[in-house]
Amino acid sequence: MAESTGTTNLRQVIWASSLGTLIEWYDFYIFGSLATVIASQFFPKTDPTAALLATLATFAAGFIVRPFGALVFGRLGDLIGRKYTFLLTLVIMGGSTFAIGLVPSYTSIGFAAPILVLVLRLLQGLALGGEYGGAATYVAEHAPPGKRGFYTAWIQTTATLGLFVSLGVILITRHSLDSDPAASIAKFNEWGWRIPFLVSILLVIVSVYIRLKMQESPLFAKLKSEGRTSTNPLKESFGHRRNLKMVLLALFGATMGQGVVWYTGQFYAQSFLENVCRLDFDQSRTILIWAILFATPFFVVFGAWSDRVGRKWIMLGGMLLAVLTYRPLFGAMESATALPDRWPMAGGSTSQEETEPMPNGDQLRKRTDAFDFANGMHVVGVTTDTLFQQQPDSRSKLTNTITKTVPTGTYWKLVGIVFILILYVTMVYGPIAAFLVELFPTKIRYTSMSLPYHIGNGVFGGLTPFIATLLTTMYSADKLVGLWYPIIIAFVCLLIGTLYVSNRIDPDVND
Amino acid sequence: MDQLKRIAGIVWMVMGPVALYYLITMALSEIARKPLLDTKIQWGVFVGVFIPIAIGLTVFGWYAFKGEYDRLPESSDEI
Repeated sequence: MAESTGTTNLRQVIWASSLGTLIEWYDFYIFGSLATVIASQFFPKTDPTAALLATLATFAAGFIVRPFGALVFGRLGDLIGRKYTFLLTLVIMGGSTFAIGLVPSYTSIGFAAPILVLVLRLLQGLALGGEYGGAATYVAEHAPPGKRGFYTAWIQTTATLGLFVSLGVILITRHSLDSDPAASIAKFNEWGWRIPFLVSILLVIVSVYIRLKMQESPLFAKLKSEGRTSTNPLKESFGHRRNLKMVLLALFGATMGQGVVWYTGQFYAQSFLENVCRLDFDQSRTILIWAILFATPFFVVFGAWSDRVGRKWIMLGGMLLAVLTYRPLFGAMESATALPDRWPMAGGSTSQEETEPMPNGDQLRKRTDAFDFANGMHVVGVTTDTLFQQQPDSRSKLTNTITKTVPTGTYWKLVGIVFILILYVTMVYGPIAAFLVELFPTKIRYTSMSLPYHIGNGVFGGLTPFIATLLTTMYSADKLVGLWYPIIIAFVCLLIGTLYVSNRIDPDVND
Repeated sequence: MDQLKRIAGIVWMVMGPVALYYLITMALSEIARKPLLDTKIQWGVFVGVFIPIAIGLTVFGWYAFKGEYDRLPESSDEI
């Protein structure tokens, strides 16, 4: 039983569960992080916008199938056990990720390429839907009373660490394929992007080996030996009013707000730095990496603290801070990276123009202007247009892109702001596994907690970058307009949580 | 407090269909503005996914209104 589980064994349980979950998150995120490269490889190049949208749709599809994965694997986990179910999800996720790295490009096999990628992406989403509930339940059912928040918080670190590892692997691969940085990036875009996908199989093999040596959850094993497991977990979870009302409370009073805070603090922050602030690719990613590194220990801090003061107010406190400070914090990021028109130029500017012949005889003209400002900001503007062979005086529509590199002081200021955003994530996310586990009985715990978690995170959270970007295009005058989506969702969740969620810690999850 | 929980239940009950109406209106206007297959697929997915969630919010409001959350269960036997 939980009380008799030794400290060494508990460490093994946490290590084995967390490693596998971290790998699953890594697998899931590398696809999203490489969306632009994947679009150029697997979708028709004739229409880049359509290609990117297709990938975004694939990305969203990955999130939307997560709740289905929660139902499929949650049911399985309550019927046959936690251990084999989350072993299965790990194999499916690892296999799909590895296979994406092997799929030939659109130019090689035509439409079979995007179809294969879509199917594999759906499998990834399905597997992720089954993983988290299993890992959280497994650890919680081993944890002694009074330390459930602390132990499950280790599982909570894995989603953010998975993002951290995926960003790190992508950056390292991107810069290590050639001694010339530009050539290295070109090789990465051509074939090197496959490496982060292929590497996954090694990690999965190690994790499967470790998990195979683990025992079944003691609480589930006891239920099974007594013949008291559920015969129909889906019906008992969602068909019975008494349990359904707790599922709805978990969704609208906790996971819905937690999901949007999670995605705003990490994904939308990165997207905002890159697309609104126009920050350089490497800087926007390393800022996130540093912020994650500093903030991750707080998952465990807040998880452990919730064992003393209860889960509710820590989670709702994170939502309240998010609602109150998102606009000022994102506004500070925008002003810190604004074009420094009031500062004098330092090193002046340089311009370079080159033309590249196109297959049809036209020429692609590319003009690069670089500016150095006295405050240390370096700005590169690239303008491209097409010079038509038949009508020399006419040009295609100009395309302008601006990339900024900020000085050290501004860089660390941005790290500080993103750190605060991720600190909110640790508040809402650190205690939530223990909170969900304590809401439901052992025999239907896997199913009951997985669905609200994945609707909250996958649907409400996963669509945050998309809806926020959509709002920005609809109301372009306000660059912070995209934040209204997470602010409103978090506020509604805060109200519901405050009114209806209990702060009581369940002393016994054996029932 | 229980009274407040029940009154707020009416708000959640109403919020489900209102949110869905707003989403469908926005979807139709976006599709009309940009009648491409991509737009239709995206908004179709959004609306499809949010229909059961909106129903769930209304059911949640109904339970709150009926006083189901006045006292939460303290043991799995009560579930």
